[in-house]
Amino acid sequence: MASNGTGSAATVSHEAVGDLSHDELRRMYETMLLARQLDERMWLLNRSGRAPFVVSVQGHEAAQVGMAFALDPNRDWLVPYYRDLALVLHFGYSARDAMLSLLARAEEPNSGGRQMPGHYGSREKRFYIGSSVVGTQFPQAAGFALAAKMRGEDTVVVTSIGEGGTAQGDVHEGLNWASIHKLGVIFFVQNNHYAISVPMDREMAVKTVAERAAAYGIPGVRVDGADAVEVYLAAREAVARARRGDGPTLFEAVVTRMTPHSSDDDDRLYRSREEVQSYKERDPLVVTRQRLVDLDVLDEVHESEILARVKAAVNDATEYAEQAPLPDPSEAFKHVYAEVGQTV
Amino acid sequence: MEHDERVMILGEDVGKRGGVFRVTDGLQEKFGELRVLDSPLSESSIIGVAIGASANGMLPVAEIQFLDFIHPAMNQIMSEAAKTRYRSGGDFSCPIVIRAPYGGGIHGALYHSQSIEALFTHIPGLKVVAPIDPYDAKGLLSSAIHDPDPVMFLEHKRAYRAIRGDVPDEMYTVPIGKARVVREGTDMTIISYGWYVQEVLEAVDAYTQQQQASIEVIDLRSLRPLDSETILSSVIKTGKVMIVHEANKFGGLGGEISAIIAEEAFPYLDGPIVRIAGPEVPAMPYAAPLEKAFLTSADDIRAAIDRLAAY
Repeated sequence: MASNGTGSAATVSHEAVGDLSHDELRRMYETMLLARQLDERMWLLNRSGRAPFVVSVQGHEAAQVGMAFALDPNRDWLVPYYRDLALVLHFGYSARDAMLSLLARAEEPNSGGRQMPGHYGSREKRFYIGSSVVGTQFPQAAGFALAAKMRGEDTVVVTSIGEGGTAQGDVHEGLNWASIHKLGVIFFVQNNHYAISVPMDREMAVKTVAERAAAYGIPGVRVDGADAVEVYLAAREAVARARRGDGPTLFEAVVTRMTPHSSDDDDRLYRSREEVQSYKERDPLVVTRQRLVDLDVLDEVHESEILARVKAAVNDATEYAEQAPLPDPSEAFKHVYAEVGQTV
Repeated sequence: MEHDERVMILGEDVGKRGGVFRVTDGLQEKFGELRVLDSPLSESSIIGVAIGASANGMLPVAEIQFLDFIHPAMNQIMSEAAKTRYRSGGDFSCPIVIRAPYGGGIHGALYHSQSIEALFTHIPGLKVVAPIDPYDAKGLLSSAIHDPDPVMFLEHKRAYRAIRGDVPDEMYTVPIGKARVVREGTDMTIISYGWYVQEVLEAVDAYTQQQQASIEVIDLRSLRPLDSETILSSVIKTGKVMIVHEANKFGGLGGEISAIIAEEAFPYLDGPIVRIAGPEVPAMPYAAPLEKAFLTSADDIRAAIDRLAAY
């Protein structure tokens, strides 16, 4: 089960996932698969010169889906980061949204084509718009939770970051605030061991991110991020803690970054092909699929249905986005300030 | 805060202490520990938390004890708050007020005296106001709190003790983006803001007592948006212009105002644009003679008026 910074793996029985129906477990897997196949399509579009930039979710899908399913998209908030495709898909972001963003089309829902792909934001779907600056989201997430607390809501706020970003001062400041005021925030660190090219032992002198939680007087949880079910079970506890008003959790999911940092990065300069090849053994799609098979949740019929739906969604999204109009140049000058006369 | 329960204050010492300048005195007692929230000593998080709270329905007034200490929060202000509306295509906004005392002449030395307002006026997406009159301060604060965009609300420290004025009890607003013509005149325009409006008025009064001259004085009040209309119509009327501020000259607001006048009203100028500003040293020194040497006085302004009038 979830551990306090020790990193031990968990064993999950049939009973332990009792509050997730088999249908929900299959949807979990389907969201992971959709994220993966969208991501793979994005790389194809990039390498064929049709998309300028891709930032990848591959290797992070199970961690994100496990966290997402512990949340309520109707009352909780995400303050995501640029790898959170699977997380936002669960909150209602569509395959078309992802492709419109990749190709910077006018109806792209995050920013109308102003920001690079991976900068997710939708007030309606309850995830906050991010910037490219790493760490700023931690105090902002505390602010979201503070507002909810002041209104007496039991909203849980999840903010994401990679382990590299935890070196930022804002990360400490956000954790400090949330701890002091027992705010309902889950600080969700997706530890893929690299900050672009810099390995973990050059980012921090501790072995795990989760052990830093002790410095804030809050629980630090470390889970195997390849197994969506295990992440879900640990996330469920962190969510329950937040809803009870007991405060934040520093939640570390150990994942792999199966691709370079982005389409502009070449990871052959800093990690061996053997290392990257070894990630396939802990591919979250493979690990989670096996978990569901072991739980008798997934059979061949389900799997072929899921694959067909995902393939259709990715093809539809690609075609739709490629035909969608680009933004009008005049859009570049809009939304700097509110319209004159508007008040809050 | 009585009128709108979304309004909250967060910052260092704003609660029990009531602010180091006593600006929030008694508010925590009245509105509670969350609505008047004593923050940790961490400027970046004060602004970051305010941004998140505003996105989730609050109207935070985030206090930075001295503008000199705001730099750790610049990233949250510049990268985040100012760009929220733009980067979300209008889906999210950032209706926060960032209140910070600025300026010197109070023996505050290098790190309690700076006038760095021009840093903020350079950032589209931010609004910047610097009232000096108590009536304007209340009216502009009310406008700032109800403005859908982030507003830097800068108060000159000397004003806390030196300037008195009647303020109505009832709610009213002074619009952001409108300058105030403090004295009407036809021979020269002097543009200033903050504490130096006082010094300019003293110099103008001394000058006009001895000379048959009529000088127009403009208090900008809003530094961004800048009221170019009031500036230009005055310069077109008078033909001579002087800009006075405490901040450093290079890259200061005086340069921007000069450029606007040069672009839009060049044919009407009847003399060089004169800028009176802080000397080019990093910040105001502590020892009394050094501080005095830094500060432009009403006498300096008076001498500059003489030179420009004679041009």
